[in-house]
Amino acid sequence: MNQALERHLNILDFTLASLLRRRAKNLSLLAIYLLVVFMLASLAFFVTALKKEATIILSGAPDMIVQRLMAGRQDLVPADYAVEIAKIRGVTAVRPRLWGYYYDALNGANYTIMASEDPAVVPGSATIGAGVAKARNLAVGDLLPLISYDKSPVMLEINSIYPHGADLAAADLIVISPDDFHQLFNFPGGQATDLAVTVRNPKEMSTVAAKIAGTFPDSRPILKSEIQRTYQSIFDWRGGMTLILLTSALISFIIFAWDKATGLSADERKEIGILKSIGWETSDVLLLKFWEGLVISLTAFLLGVVLAYGHVFLLSAPLFAQALKGWSVIYPRFQLVPVVDAYQLSVLFFLTVVPYTTATIIPCWRAATIDPDAAMRY
Amino acid sequence: MIELSGITKSFNSGKPNQFTAVDNVTLTVHPHQITIFKGPSGSGKTSLLTMIGCMARPTSGRIFLRGVAAARPFQQEGLEVVEITSLPERFLNEIRRSTFGFIFQQFNLVKGITVLENVMLPAYPTGEARALFRARALSLLEQFSISRLAGQRVELLSGGELQRVAIARSLINNPSIVIADEPTAHLDSKLSQEFMAIAGRLKGEGKSVLIASHDPIVYDSPLIDSLVEMRDGAIVDIRSCR
Repeated sequence: MNQALERHLNILDFTLASLLRRRAKNLSLLAIYLLVVFMLASLAFFVTALKKEATIILSGAPDMIVQRLMAGRQDLVPADYAVEIAKIRGVTAVRPRLWGYYYDALNGANYTIMASEDPAVVPGSATIGAGVAKARNLAVGDLLPLISYDKSPVMLEINSIYPHGADLAAADLIVISPDDFHQLFNFPGGQATDLAVTVRNPKEMSTVAAKIAGTFPDSRPILKSEIQRTYQSIFDWRGGMTLILLTSALISFIIFAWDKATGLSADERKEIGILKSIGWETSDVLLLKFWEGLVISLTAFLLGVVLAYGHVFLLSAPLFAQALKGWSVIYPRFQLVPVVDAYQLSVLFFLTVVPYTTATIIPCWRAATIDPDAAMRY
Repeated sequence: MIELSGITKSFNSGKPNQFTAVDNVTLTVHPHQITIFKGPSGSGKTSLLTMIGCMARPTSGRIFLRGVAAARPFQQEGLEVVEITSLPERFLNEIRRSTFGFIFQQFNLVKGITVLENVMLPAYPTGEARALFRARALSLLEQFSISRLAGQRVELLSGGELQRVAIARSLINNPSIVIADEPTAHLDSKLSQEFMAIAGRLKGEGKSVLIASHDPIVYDSPLIDSLVEMRDGAIVDIRSCR
């Protein structure tokens, strides 16, 4: 075998024996290091997966939504806006949407109620999200009583329940017929909550939006890309908030790791002196310390990342879910699509492994440059 | 053969607390012999041995190695000897590692690792295959009758066992010169005599043994070949004991 490789292997072999000697110190360091990497990697995995999930869901969203503003607040859109917008060149379809929120006093949850033109949703029936089904203990065929604007009950028979896979978008969703929607909220006829606009050429999106805003000065066109950006920002912001909460733990770790890595005990100094006196060069000692730092930090990094992967993608991140998903009563239960951002992992690697390894080597530099004859005088 | 010419070693040069540990020493150390450096503490024995063993450089003077295999690649063309004092650190290290074995007064074994690992330690950075030097280490332990201790940690050993481990470690890279600094300082008379017997064996194997000591068991031993007496950094007497 190559002599240089043998040298590395031999020194690595001694490194492992050396680490085992200070078992308690190194294991406690590894445990804390592992915990920090695990928390940071979980956070990174979770935020990235949520953003990816949101992107997947929004890919089915309309190209553009047109709202109407009244005194700076969102107001109902007259249905005849749809007719005018449909005439704009490049617009393929305009669909008036009816939707709103319903507060369920029984369990304090908010549901999203949406009217659907789907013939499967006949008046008196509803399709509900898994979160709603769980909150109200409902199954297909059961009746869901909702209280209308005038406190009279509207009875809806559950015709189907969305699967858990759709939880991120549909956990709190109740889809009913337009008739039931009007009855439930006393929603005026000839009006819509907003308009879903489909545009043939994505490049024309902003031109179409400008034309709509020109035709209807009280309208507010919102592009899908803008919604996606907002979602990304929300998850980034939530991730950032959680990171701030983790900062104190991070700082404690940095101080702890710095102290452990940089503090050379008298025994360690003496040992370096002995190694020098029996023929080890300064570079050999530094290589030994490099391996020591790398073995601890790389083990912590790899284990932390693997555990974080399991935590987020197999267990659905129980430690972060409540802080990051953002639902209050109905928490969506869903399996995140495994997505790993190489850039984020590299940043985590460079923020954890590299500083620690460097912090281990630097104090040894001085100790390792002592004259080998110093050991003769111990 | 080791030749020293006008070797001086000063510490804290140019400062008020400057002192000269070795003062203008010129000496020839013959190969395959036991050479004893005798003198009281502070007479410069250890400093002289560290310079011979390429651990430190003299402040002035030169050290030549003649007929030392590891030094050959650094020989100047047409010369039989290599002048080690002017060699760069890296080359000096290489010569030190392959030519000299060191036995220290305090044994300087690394705690927490086994006897076998301690013996193998000087060979780790050489790039030699582990299996080879491990076999050599085991054979050395066998030779010094301590193979039963191979897996034991060094802090559990007695003084005599520690010394044997230290000797085995000094021989792992098969050096031609063994340097021992006050090797019997922490041993009783029986173990000291045992050490001298081992030194005699090493000489018999063709090694040169250089010992700094002020122990009569060492410098009065019938096994020694020459005695260099030092005081205040200078040689006061050189005697052949053959």
